[in-house]
Amino acid sequence: MSAVPDGVVAGVAIARSPGYWVTVLWRFSRDPFAVVAALVVLGLIAMAVFAPWLAPQDPFHGMSLRRLRPPGSEGYPLGTDELGRDMLSRLIYGARISLFMGIVPVFAALAVGASIGIVAGYVGGWTNTVLMRTMDVFFAFPSVLLAVALAGALGPGILNSMLALTLVFVPPIARVAESVTTGVRTRDYVEAAKASGAGALIIIRKQVLGNVLGPIFVYAMSLIAVCMILASGLSFLGLGVKPPQPDWGLMLNTLRTAIYTQPLLCALPGLMIFITSISFNLMTDGLRSAMDIKA
Amino acid sequence: MTALLEVRGLVKNFPVNTGVFGRPKSFVSAVDHLDFDLHEGETLGLVGESGCGKSTTARLLMHLVAPTAGTIRFEGRTVGTSELPLKAFRRQVQMVFQDSYASLNPRLTVAESVAFGPLVHGVSRDEAAARANSLLERVGLDPARFAGRFTHELSGGQRQRVNIARALALQPRVLILDEAVSALDKSVEAQVLNLLLDLKEEFHLTYLFISHDLEVVRFMAARVLVMYLGRVAELGATEALYTGSRHPYTTALLGSLLSMDPDHRAESAPIAGDPPNPIDPPAGCRFHTRCSFAEPVCSSRVPVLTPLGSAHSVACHMSEPGSGHGCAPQRAA
Repeated sequence: MSAVPDGVVAGVAIARSPGYWVTVLWRFSRDPFAVVAALVVLGLIAMAVFAPWLAPQDPFHGMSLRRLRPPGSEGYPLGTDELGRDMLSRLIYGARISLFMGIVPVFAALAVGASIGIVAGYVGGWTNTVLMRTMDVFFAFPSVLLAVALAGALGPGILNSMLALTLVFVPPIARVAESVTTGVRTRDYVEAAKASGAGALIIIRKQVLGNVLGPIFVYAMSLIAVCMILASGLSFLGLGVKPPQPDWGLMLNTLRTAIYTQPLLCALPGLMIFITSISFNLMTDGLRSAMDIKA
Repeated sequence: MTALLEVRGLVKNFPVNTGVFGRPKSFVSAVDHLDFDLHEGETLGLVGESGCGKSTTARLLMHLVAPTAGTIRFEGRTVGTSELPLKAFRRQVQMVFQDSYASLNPRLTVAESVAFGPLVHGVSRDEAAARANSLLERVGLDPARFAGRFTHELSGGQRQRVNIARALALQPRVLILDEAVSALDKSVEAQVLNLLLDLKEEFHLTYLFISHDLEVVRFMAARVLVMYLGRVAELGATEALYTGSRHPYTTALLGSLLSMDPDHRAESAPIAGDPPNPIDPPAGCRFHTRCSFAEPVCSSRVPVLTPLGSAHSVACHMSEPGSGHGCAPQRAA
C-alpha cells in the first residue's frame, strides 16, 4: 500500500525562515547593554590572546628599585607591583589565566552536568531520584567552601583547582538541565515522537536537545563570572595559581600588603575581575531575554 | 466487517498519593474494563464529558501510557508482544493531538517534523523529504511556502494540518484523532473535517474520532461509543443512537445539544452536578449518582453491556433483562 504518490516535490525550492539563532542574534543586537558587555568580553578575550604583543613590558621582570610606583608614573602607566614589575603588562597577561580558569571549568561542568541532568530528566523515576539526590549531596555545601575543600584536598596547582571548580559547577547545571528536560519530556511533540516509534536516544537528540540546550547554556554562561571569582579566590588563598604567574586573584593577594601605601594600585586587579564578571553577567542577561521568544 | 483493532478489558489506574516506599495508596480509575472493536474503514466516534477517560484511551491505544490490564489486538495480533512489536504497530496506528502548538517541536521546521517519523523507520533522507513535501501539499500547505517554516509562524489550522501530515507520514492505516479539531474556530474546523474525510477516502484510513462535540461526531462517525467515567455507557450506529438513545446518560448528553427549533429550547440543564471523583468511583453503575431513573440495584451491581439489535448495545439496568430494575425487560424464556 503506497499512501503517498511517488516522485512529486523532491526538488522544490523551499523558502526557509530565518533560523532560531539568527532571530536570537537579531534580538540580542537590539539590547545596548548586552552588546557593550559582549564587546567588553570580546576585548578581554582578544587581550588574553594577544598579550605578548599588547604588553609594553616583560611581566616577570622586576626591579626592587622601582617598587610600588603609583599609576601614572613615567614608563609605567598603571604603576608597578610589590616586586617592581609593570602592572599594565601583568594585568594583560593575567587575563590569560583568569579567563581560562573562568571559562574552562564551566564548559567541562556543562558537558558533564547537562548529560546527567538530561538523562535524569528524560528517564525519570528511580534513575532521576538516584542521580539528582547524589547531586544534592554536593549541592548542600556552599560553592566556595566546596571549591576550597576540593582544591585543598587535591593540592595546589592550576589543573587541580580547575578540577575542583568543575566539580563545584556540575550539580547546579545538572539541576537546571533536569528541570528543563522534565518540562519538555511531557510535551505532546515528545509524545508524538514516541508514538512514531522512535527510541529514547533519537528523541533526546532530535527533539529534546534543541529545546533544552538554550536555557542550560545561558545558565552556564552566567556561572562564568562566578567561576572567575571563585578561581581568583582560590588563587588568593594560595590554592590555585602559583607565583610568579600573573593572575588577577593572586595579584590581589600579593598587593594587599600595600593597601595603605598604594590603595589605587591594589584595587586594579579587583577592578579587572569586576569588569569581567559584570560583562559576562550583562551579556548572559541579554542572551537570556533574546532567547525568550514567545510565539 | 472484520475488526482491525480489538480492545478487550482495557484498564488504567493512575496511582495517586504515593505513600512511604513508593507504594501507592489510592488510584484514579481512568479507564475501567473497556471493550470495543474498530472496524476497517469506519469512523468510530468516542464521546463523553471532560475527564471520562477519552484521552487516556487514546494514549493507551498508542501505548504512550502502559495499561494496567487488558489487551489490544491489531489484525488479530496482540500488540506489544513478539506477534506485533510496538514499533511495527506504531507504523500502522498514528495519532493527532488536540493541542496543535504543543504537539509540534518549536525548534524544527514543518518539513523536519513531518519527515521525523519516516527517518526513524529507516526511510532515506531524500525520500523522507519528498514524502513530507507531497503530504504537506496534500493537506493544503504549499511546500515551497511552508516546509521551511517554524511552528510559531503558522495559524492554528495550519498547525493542525501539519500534525495530520506528520501522522500520515508513516502511511498508517488507523488514525486516532484526539480532539483534533476542538481547538480550532468553527470555519477552520469545517475545513479540517472535510480534509479528514477526503484523506480517509484517498488513503483508505480508519478513524477513531475522539471529541466532546456531539454535532461534529454525528457529522464524522458511523458508529459512536459513549463513555462515562472510564466505562462504555452505550455503543451504536450514529443515527440509531442519536435518535433512540437507551442510556440515560446518552439521552442527557444529547439533551444538552442546542436546538434550532424554538419549541425545543433547553429549559434546564439535562444533568446536574459534576462527575463523581474517579479516585473513589461510585459502586455499581457509575452513573447512578446523577441518574433520575436510579433504583437500589443501580448502586449495587455493575450493568453489563447488553446488545439491543445488531449494532447497538447499552450498559444500563433498564435495558438488561432480569436486572431487577423496575423498567427492565423480562428475561427471555
